[in-house]
Amino acid sequence: MSDARREPWPDPSPEPQYATMAQQAEAASFGMWVFLATEVLFFGGMLLAYAWARGSFPAGFAEAGRHTKIFIGSVNTVVLLTSSFTMAWAVNAAEHGRRRPTAWLLAATALLALLFLALKGVEYHQEWTEHLVPGLNFREEGPNAHAVELFYFLYFMLTGIHGIHVTIGIGLIAVTMVRAWRGAFSERYYTPVEVTGLYWHFVDIVWIFLYPLIYLVGRSGP
Amino acid sequence: MTTATVTGKTDEPVVGTRNYLTEGGVTLRSWLLTRDHKRIAILYTLSITLFFFVGGAAATLIRLNLVTPPGIFTPDVYNRLFTLHGIVMVWFFLIPSIPNTMGNFLIPLMIGAKDLAFPRLNLLSWYLYMAAGLLALFAIVIGGVDTGWTFYTPFSSMYSNGYVVLALAAVFTAGFSSILTGLNFIVTTHRMRAPGMTWYRLPVFVWSNYATSIIMVLATPVLAITLALVAVERLLQVGIFDPALGGDPLLFQHLFWFYSHPAVYIMILPGFGVISEVVPCFARKPLFGYKFVVWSSITISVIGFFVWAHHMFVAGISLYAGLVFSLLSYVIAVPSAIKVFNWTATLHKGWISFDAPMLYALGFIGLFTIGGLTGLFLANLAFDVHVTDTYFVVAHFHYIMVGGMVSAYFAGLHYWWPKVTGRLYHEWWARIAALLIFFGFNLTFFPQFILGYLGMQRRYFSYAPEFQLWNIFSSAGASVLAVGYVLPFFYLGWSLFRGQRAGANPWAATGLEWQTSSPPPTHNFDRTPTVTRPPYQYRPEPEPQDV
Repeated sequence: MSDARREPWPDPSPEPQYATMAQQAEAASFGMWVFLATEVLFFGGMLLAYAWARGSFPAGFAEAGRHTKIFIGSVNTVVLLTSSFTMAWAVNAAEHGRRRPTAWLLAATALLALLFLALKGVEYHQEWTEHLVPGLNFREEGPNAHAVELFYFLYFMLTGIHGIHVTIGIGLIAVTMVRAWRGAFSERYYTPVEVTGLYWHFVDIVWIFLYPLIYLVGRSGP
Repeated sequence: MTTATVTGKTDEPVVGTRNYLTEGGVTLRSWLLTRDHKRIAILYTLSITLFFFVGGAAATLIRLNLVTPPGIFTPDVYNRLFTLHGIVMVWFFLIPSIPNTMGNFLIPLMIGAKDLAFPRLNLLSWYLYMAAGLLALFAIVIGGVDTGWTFYTPFSSMYSNGYVVLALAAVFTAGFSSILTGLNFIVTTHRMRAPGMTWYRLPVFVWSNYATSIIMVLATPVLAITLALVAVERLLQVGIFDPALGGDPLLFQHLFWFYSHPAVYIMILPGFGVISEVVPCFARKPLFGYKFVVWSSITISVIGFFVWAHHMFVAGISLYAGLVFSLLSYVIAVPSAIKVFNWTATLHKGWISFDAPMLYALGFIGLFTIGGLTGLFLANLAFDVHVTDTYFVVAHFHYIMVGGMVSAYFAGLHYWWPKVTGRLYHEWWARIAALLIFFGFNLTFFPQFILGYLGMQRRYFSYAPEFQLWNIFSSAGASVLAVGYVLPFFYLGWSLFRGQRAGANPWAATGLEWQTSSPPPTHNFDRTPTVTRPPYQYRPEPEPQDV
């Protein structure tokens, strides 16, 4: 790793519409915050639907909640929270101009994200074999069958769209990682790492809401 | 300025020394890959004009059908016509109309910036819009949609025999186009202002687009996810909106109107912005009560999120909810009224000239006031029960959307035409078109208030014979309106090639956009301007104008 002391790339000049790099950096991170506000409302619509459905069918939602794979869900929560930790660490390393650690920590984040997706895949597979996928192979008996189907409909919509966000995140992190490895960032310019980090923490926070709604609340009853 | 000569025949619309139309090449590729906000604004203008005429053609056929009961189309065709008209006009004309054309062109100019904060995102927004538009046209061509622009479930998700999923995909995609535009405007307004351009020195046009952008960013994602849920419900026959599946159609309506009522403000706030620029310029007076106008825009964008259920008074919401939403709907009329009072006060003792932009602006004030006041009728629970789903509602929102927003669009189009193209249009033709539009509009839509009050239901292909007289008035008005809308196509097109050179500031207007040349250079200003004064520093004495 002797090349870690190699001179980083010269500082990039701002895009033509900006006066300074500082202005460009501020615009980029502010833009990401505004985008995340959009995302909150995007998930908000589904969470409202969940709230309505759970209020209308408490017994069915409790029953459906007990079908969920709480072990995989919990492990995945740990995995995703850890990935947020490595991401925060990567941003910190980038802030101090530590090129290789930044890249390694981004790689760790991406790997944890892949692990999350893999575990989610295992979970989906189990649900498929248990005939819990609405619209495709749902088979459930009993008075609450309809409500269980609604639960799983929302479950697949919520976790599916969250999964798409994780996948996009992996792409972003991978690109940022390669750029970090090649020395595109320095103490003076690491905006892409910071902005990717913001996005990634958001994906994590969405899961923090989904985890209790999916795996925990249904088990709280008798 | 008056000495500018008219150039001879040329392939290019404008031969300037150094401007955004020629700098960077004139090839198709240089336009389709441009990152210049001004060129993207032109791309948007061309595309929304196309959609305006598509939606307008549907409206023409609707009015043609309603001349005589039972009309010339089958009910099925008629349903597809009004759905096409609604979807195209709302999402492919009104929502992007002023923000994506004039907002795109003018916001960086008005705040003294070289471009929007994210030029690539801006171009992506246009491509998303085009993809969405082509999807919508494709859905129309292969058979159409019969759900109305509102996509109410369970009809849309279970029973409709149209190409609903395609149309949903189109609107979903268009939604992301408008989210990206909103995001770009918000960041640009915060981060790209020139030195000395404080928030209270921003032109009201920028404030209005800022308020609009807040709605675009916060409301559109809810529509997107709602339409996605409807599409899944339709494809997989499982979901949360169809009562047969255990779902709730009211939930759909709540989610839909949570976007679509704020979207009404997306469709009118930018219009307020245009009028706030035009009225001071042609009254030669500073805008009366600048801060009130500014904050009423922001207030509208906030309260606009809390009035949605007034679309659902008869849909089965509780009386308590009805009362609350009725009250809130009255509240939101206050900031709109503040604006009307401020514009009128600006006119008071002004040195008013009646150029085409001003004619449109004055028309806007009158028509918007009628539309707004009839909105108060509809916010009233008892009256709303009487006129729900009648032509009264149709007339009300057309007074806002067409009488208001389309007038504002034309006001802005004429006002900034010299800046955008570097040419002057023919003033008398423009005034004739403005008057035709005003009278044609009233003749079209005022009878619809009466029809609605008498009980004629909207969205029916036929009607009882006693309504025919008013319908004939309405269709006759629509013909006048159509002529008014087609006229600008000719005289504006003519001005592109033969119009007199405009000079930097033909209206002797204030505002940074008039300080640079017409058409502006690619990076807008030769030197980044420094702002030292508040906007609208007009003096009462008349200034020479070369129109």
